[in-house]
Amino acid sequence: MSKGRTERGRIRITGFDTEPVTDRENSNDPAELTDRGKKTRTESPRRWQRGVWQFSRNRSALIGLCIVVSMSIVAILARPIEIWGVTVQPVSLAPYPPSDILWLTHDVSPYDPPSVTHPMGIDGEGRDIFSRVLAGGRYSISIGLIVVLITSTVGVVYGSISGYYGGWIDEFLMRLVDMILAFPGLVLALAIVAMFGSGYWQLVIAFSLFGWASYARLIRGEVLNVKESEYVVAAKALGAGDLSIIFRHIVPNAIPPVIVLATLNIGTVVIGVAALGFLGLGLSPATAEWGTMLEGARDSIIHGPGGDVRWWVTVFPGGAIFLFVLSINLIGDAINDTLDTRESDTAARNELW
Amino acid sequence: MSLRRFIVRRLLLIVPILFGVSVITFSLVHLTPGDPISRMVAQNPNVAPADEAQLRAQYGLDGPVWEQYLTWIGNVVTGDLGDVYGTNRTVSEVLFLRLPETVALGVFGWLFALGIAIPTGVYAAVRKGTVGDTVSRVVALSGASVPNFWLGLLLILAFVLWAGWWNVQPPREPLYHPSMLWHLILPGITVGTAACASIMRVLRSSMAEELNKEYTTAARAKGLPERQVVYKHVLRNSLSSVVTLVATLTAGIVAGAIVVEVVFAWPGLGQELVEAIHGHEINLVVAITLFTGLFVVLCNLLADIIYAVLDPRIRYE
Repeated sequence: MSKGRTERGRIRITGFDTEPVTDRENSNDPAELTDRGKKTRTESPRRWQRGVWQFSRNRSALIGLCIVVSMSIVAILARPIEIWGVTVQPVSLAPYPPSDILWLTHDVSPYDPPSVTHPMGIDGEGRDIFSRVLAGGRYSISIGLIVVLITSTVGVVYGSISGYYGGWIDEFLMRLVDMILAFPGLVLALAIVAMFGSGYWQLVIAFSLFGWASYARLIRGEVLNVKESEYVVAAKALGAGDLSIIFRHIVPNAIPPVIVLATLNIGTVVIGVAALGFLGLGLSPATAEWGTMLEGARDSIIHGPGGDVRWWVTVFPGGAIFLFVLSINLIGDAINDTLDTRESDTAARNELW
Repeated sequence: MSLRRFIVRRLLLIVPILFGVSVITFSLVHLTPGDPISRMVAQNPNVAPADEAQLRAQYGLDGPVWEQYLTWIGNVVTGDLGDVYGTNRTVSEVLFLRLPETVALGVFGWLFALGIAIPTGVYAAVRKGTVGDTVSRVVALSGASVPNFWLGLLLILAFVLWAGWWNVQPPREPLYHPSMLWHLILPGITVGTAACASIMRVLRSSMAEELNKEYTTAARAKGLPERQVVYKHVLRNSLSSVVTLVATLTAGIVAGAIVVEVVFAWPGLGQELVEAIHGHEINLVVAITLFTGLFVVLCNLLADIIYAVLDPRIRYE
């Protein structure tokens, strides 16, 4: 990183001139003064603010964020959305309905290469790949978000209970996590799909049922770190209940690494959903989902006649997954750098990845 | 703690985990609606209800759950993983037939990952901030983000269809046959890429950290050649951070192999698993899932032991 930045960081950490001002501002609030958990409350907003500021200075992270946001928006706007017959989203960016077989109605044939009217070509069923790629994010991205929401919530509750109470509860709960983490996530997801069948909510279950375990282990470690800190002891001494200590004092301070994991996890789940789709175990074969589109692509490669290689059937849907996951990883890395719990280390951490 | 006591303790610790792994696998099957028999009956209208009960008894599916678990785990321990429904093949037969192919793929993936990641990781750490470093970071980030099945398809497009260096289908030869090994290259690269990217990243950052430590300065000050400082002292200390990743990466390679085998029509366990899921071969799915779990647990154990050998402090924690 640039020299100026490192030095600014050093001033911020060792200097005392900015801190009293913030403290004075906060201490104007009488409610804050009586609360011994004050340190948490006054520290956190500044840490978050600084995080946002640093994040916004990281160019690759901003590019990643732009790509993720625009891909999500495009997925939402690709086709009109109707809920119980009421159109809630009338815009239609995709030039053709993603599952329409165009050679019946238009002047195209299966496996037409990319052209002006069909920028990504036509697939083996005669559908417009461009429209399908635009709409394809709907399934992958939304499943990714739902799964991460469920698993991070469950994992945080589970892990903080385990870490806070310790003793045999911790021992038991963490052995369970060890057992789950013995399996690669994709293998468990495959087994679950084998048992429950495939479909949208089955995929959500497949990735949620055991996906919380890594969050649990992570937050447990964090909780063990902050459990003995002064403000927690103080809160205990003042007679705060267990639940309030865990969720008002400990969890907020242990959360940054969870945010990093959750961000990166969206990418993992999106790849996982696509992998199941590719294996023909995800959504139904006609669905315009990125991975499912590649299932057909493989067949077209293997069975296609020699001579012309239909690269467009493979390159575009997979490229969409790659672009999305790459952007997610850029964001995750940047958050990791900026929300780092060891604040004084931030500059050093920026140097390494 | 001596190394031997450490190993014995670790061995004892994995017993409950192995038990849990078997319970998880077992419950996956038995907590789901409809057992294999009702599925078989649904597919075959000629089975009468009386036959159904008889079939259930034949496959040991008529007792309480814990009894079924005990029977099952007893069978598993003695190596009897059941039959593939509707054929006379046993599951263990299938497993042992396909296992070598998957192991070969995994080993090749690992070799590729280490062979690429260690030199590039060292290079990036030593030449931090140069163009080469930046390029290697971009490559590592892409490698960590690319879905392996898509990478496989791209490799097929480029090297099989355009360049024509390989055939689409691997030949039906025994594994040690040269043409089989030749066909292992593309799937091996595909399976190893994710691990390679992780190792590159971890190695670069931990080496960068070690290079700034005092012992490095001391080694340089006493006049050791830079090459020796980097490879003998710094790399050795940084590798322990890679060892902690071994289990995770192996789990990733195992999971990756399932998909990659399908991409390259490689006749291993992963392809068998996917076919089994499509054909509702529950016994086979259970066996392969269990097998994966056991394998990863053993890898974890191995990584812990290697770590304890490399870094004796671990034993005293």
